[in-house]
Amino acid sequence: MSMTRPIVGSPLRRVDAAEKVTGAARYTGDLVVPGMLYGRVLRSPHAHARIARIDAAAAERLPGVRAVLTGRDLEGLDAYYGHAIKDRPIIALDRVRFAGEPVAAVAADDEATAEEALLAIVVEYEALPAATTLDAALAGDAPRLHEGPLRPGLFHGLGELRREEGNICYHYRFARGDPDRAFADAGVVVDGEYTFPAVYQYAMEPHTVIAQWGSDGLTVWACCQHPYLVRAELADLFRLPLSSVRIIVPYIGGGFGSKSYTKMEPVTAALARKAGRPVRIANRIVEAMVTTRRHNMKCWMRTCSTRDGVVVARQCRIWLDTGAYADNGPRVAATAGDAAPGPYRWRAVDVDAWAVYTNTPPAGSYRAFGAAHLSWIGESQIDALARKTGLDPVEFRRRNLLRPGEEVRPGGKPLDADLVGDVTKVAAAIGWGTPKAPLVGRGVSVGLLAAGANPVSTAAMRLQADGTAVLLVSTTELGQGSRTVFTQIAAEELALPPDRIRVMGPDTHFTPYDRSTGASRSTTLAGKAVQHAAVDLREQLLDIAGGIWGLPRAALSVRDGAVWHETEALSYPDLIRRHFGMVGGELIGHGEVRPQRGTGSYAEGPVFWEVCVGGAEVQVDPSTGRVHVRRLASVADVGKAINPQLVEAQDEGATLQGLGNALFEEMLFENGHLVNASLLEYHVPTTSDMPDEFHSIIVENADGPGPYGAKGVGEGALAAVPAAIVNALADLGVEMRELPLTPERVWRRLQDAGIRTGEIRSPEIDRR
Amino acid sequence: MEAGAPSPGRVRIALTVNGRPVEVWIEPRELLLDVLRDRLGLTGAKRSCDVQVCGACTVLLDGQAVSACCTLAYEARGRRVLTIEGLAPDGRLHPLQEAFIEHAAVQCGFCTPGMILTAATLLDQVPAPTFEQVKAHLQGTLCRCTGYWKIIEAVVAAGRRMASVEAPR
Repeated sequence: MSMTRPIVGSPLRRVDAAEKVTGAARYTGDLVVPGMLYGRVLRSPHAHARIARIDAAAAERLPGVRAVLTGRDLEGLDAYYGHAIKDRPIIALDRVRFAGEPVAAVAADDEATAEEALLAIVVEYEALPAATTLDAALAGDAPRLHEGPLRPGLFHGLGELRREEGNICYHYRFARGDPDRAFADAGVVVDGEYTFPAVYQYAMEPHTVIAQWGSDGLTVWACCQHPYLVRAELADLFRLPLSSVRIIVPYIGGGFGSKSYTKMEPVTAALARKAGRPVRIANRIVEAMVTTRRHNMKCWMRTCSTRDGVVVARQCRIWLDTGAYADNGPRVAATAGDAAPGPYRWRAVDVDAWAVYTNTPPAGSYRAFGAAHLSWIGESQIDALARKTGLDPVEFRRRNLLRPGEEVRPGGKPLDADLVGDVTKVAAAIGWGTPKAPLVGRGVSVGLLAAGANPVSTAAMRLQADGTAVLLVSTTELGQGSRTVFTQIAAEELALPPDRIRVMGPDTHFTPYDRSTGASRSTTLAGKAVQHAAVDLREQLLDIAGGIWGLPRAALSVRDGAVWHETEALSYPDLIRRHFGMVGGELIGHGEVRPQRGTGSYAEGPVFWEVCVGGAEVQVDPSTGRVHVRRLASVADVGKAINPQLVEAQDEGATLQGLGNALFEEMLFENGHLVNASLLEYHVPTTSDMPDEFHSIIVENADGPGPYGAKGVGEGALAAVPAAIVNALADLGVEMRELPLTPERVWRRLQDAGIRTGEIRSPEIDRR
Repeated sequence: MEAGAPSPGRVRIALTVNGRPVEVWIEPRELLLDVLRDRLGLTGAKRSCDVQVCGACTVLLDGQAVSACCTLAYEARGRRVLTIEGLAPDGRLHPLQEAFIEHAAVQCGFCTPGMILTAATLLDQVPAPTFEQVKAHLQGTLCRCTGYWKIIEAVVAAGRRMASVEAPR
């Protein structure tokens, strides 16, 4: 079955690289559909207001303007969408709930005309009291953003939706054991309040959508991560059968969660419907920033252990600011709740997580959500317990971490990773136990991320008469390299050279269902579907050859694009010709993954636990509070690295995003208005922010549910890095409870800790 | 090649794009990025930040890296513009392009054209630059996917390869 040199496990060059280095790769914004108009969106200047009147007549009269869309055009539709909670109108109907909400949209012959037309639209607002912060939204007399019971979306996946009070969008809770008693009896307790900022994903390509209506329904080209979920929501909104909505996804210029679920597709489709022509809407960065973001959060947590360093219990309350609409807030709250305990052997745990509506731009998915929010908090309390009990933090973790096979959450998938091995490796990589220069601190962190989302993926593979193959799979290529990894899996199973396999991008009319591209799921789940499709093809080929030779499958094998029996071979083109009895024809392999299939590991949830294990060595400048990151290490515990170079690439990217999240990235809102609304004011990591050293440690224990024992990667480091940096500062006696770790915040804590220029206070314990 | 129709308020500019003479009717306010992408169909330069921070729209104007999102097309009259499409005119990849492929310095690819052209200006001035030199030179070109490691390694490798070809020992 395998070729002389295995393709799985080798650093095959990216199959999309040549197109991308020559500028030939096409993204949604590079496409021109015949007759296409250019759309621009008028956005609310108010955080909360009633729309008293919209007068678009002057805009409609401008030369070159073809259509102006307002809420009035949606009469007759149930204009609300939202995969989790149907709370968001396609465009504001009678009320705006955040500054930046689409109020009207113009389609014109070119962008400049559309932009001018926006200025000619008259909107009269009546400002309403706004709740623009978590505290304001949670206050007893807070203005309410949404009245009436919340309606579940098509993909809420949240069990029974309860009716929540006030501005609560969703409440996730779990508890086991008796935490009150555990804390009452505890030897050592740490307790703290923490805050985490809103963060902008900054996918370099802003949201871009082209929508076209025709006699065959609605066709949409979009840089969306989950085309099948977008298709379902558009079909629902416009009352179309699924087969009349077609979503095509070209290359995506980065996602990181910002293009998950439905974003600009409904408003673009509604505008194209009104204009009667294809329309493109391309967000500018300032618009992308108010389209989705990471949840800011406040959190209270306490953790206790025995005096000799055995963890006992943890309690945690989490409030996540989901902005004006739910987007993925409920799932973020659930994932944050799941991440709160951390992978330790608790006797009692008690976690509440609330997603809360506020009059700010909606918050949704961003790489490692939930775990990035909670890991640094839980892990800083673990370090604090280690210090209080006189134990080395790595040793403290070794004693308390879950072992493979142990229960992580009741009824869920048991731990499928060697965390003790992982943390030992990162500690070694950052020089744990070796002497440190002045003002240098080291920290490690361990966490888990419930990964894989929903385990439904399908794939098809078409073997052509000349022995080349086309792989049909709806995973979106947003930089992670899925097309390359799928090529490797299919090539391995079919014994074909990789250059004979072409992977098509998603087109919901032709490429089969894949639930989504996110949650580190594609290699594990869509990759498994690809493997099944290739195996299906292989078995068809073996059966055809077996029929010709009168031999059972077991007597045959595949190698170098042919079926072999001892020294006799029939090439794939020969087999296809013999099967159809003439030149032509093709064989089609089918593969699917669903919860019921396989070992049962999919049904338990999550699909796998993605590890978040990191190490950091930092140096602080006591006169400025600036944190210099000397060394970072991350473990990519992937089960099997199908392409080690791409695994490393995922880890390197996630690490620098984690560094940005930890040290400086923060969206600043004033009365609901984004203050730092461009990349001039919102700093994204550049080469000057790189750590001096980075070690990506690939661990392959073949303990994942994907092909060859693989499991996903690419998010863990983003959660692990902030936690490790926070612990490295704590190692210097500087305890941080607020991210990002700006120089001012660190400097103030340095003052509190009595660390001034040239002085170093010894931490309570320093055995390293 | 001629693009765009004459109309009142428009001006005609002549420039060289990827070695070919081009005449195009533009409105004076038009940005070089829009003219390249929308009128000349050269979509390799990407629009991202709009404020000359990210470098995704980088093209070379008389060999110098500029942000096409903040450069008026009018400023390019009579000058040479090189876009990513012009870096491998005969289909033979530039050593930087080869190195980006080999080192997996490409992920989503949105920054890649600007990143390669920016790196090309460094290799023009500094043959075989060090890791630190590359890192400093690429400070104004954002990539959100890679963490920069593989990009810098690719540029260093391309520089070494070009220097060894140009100055064989």
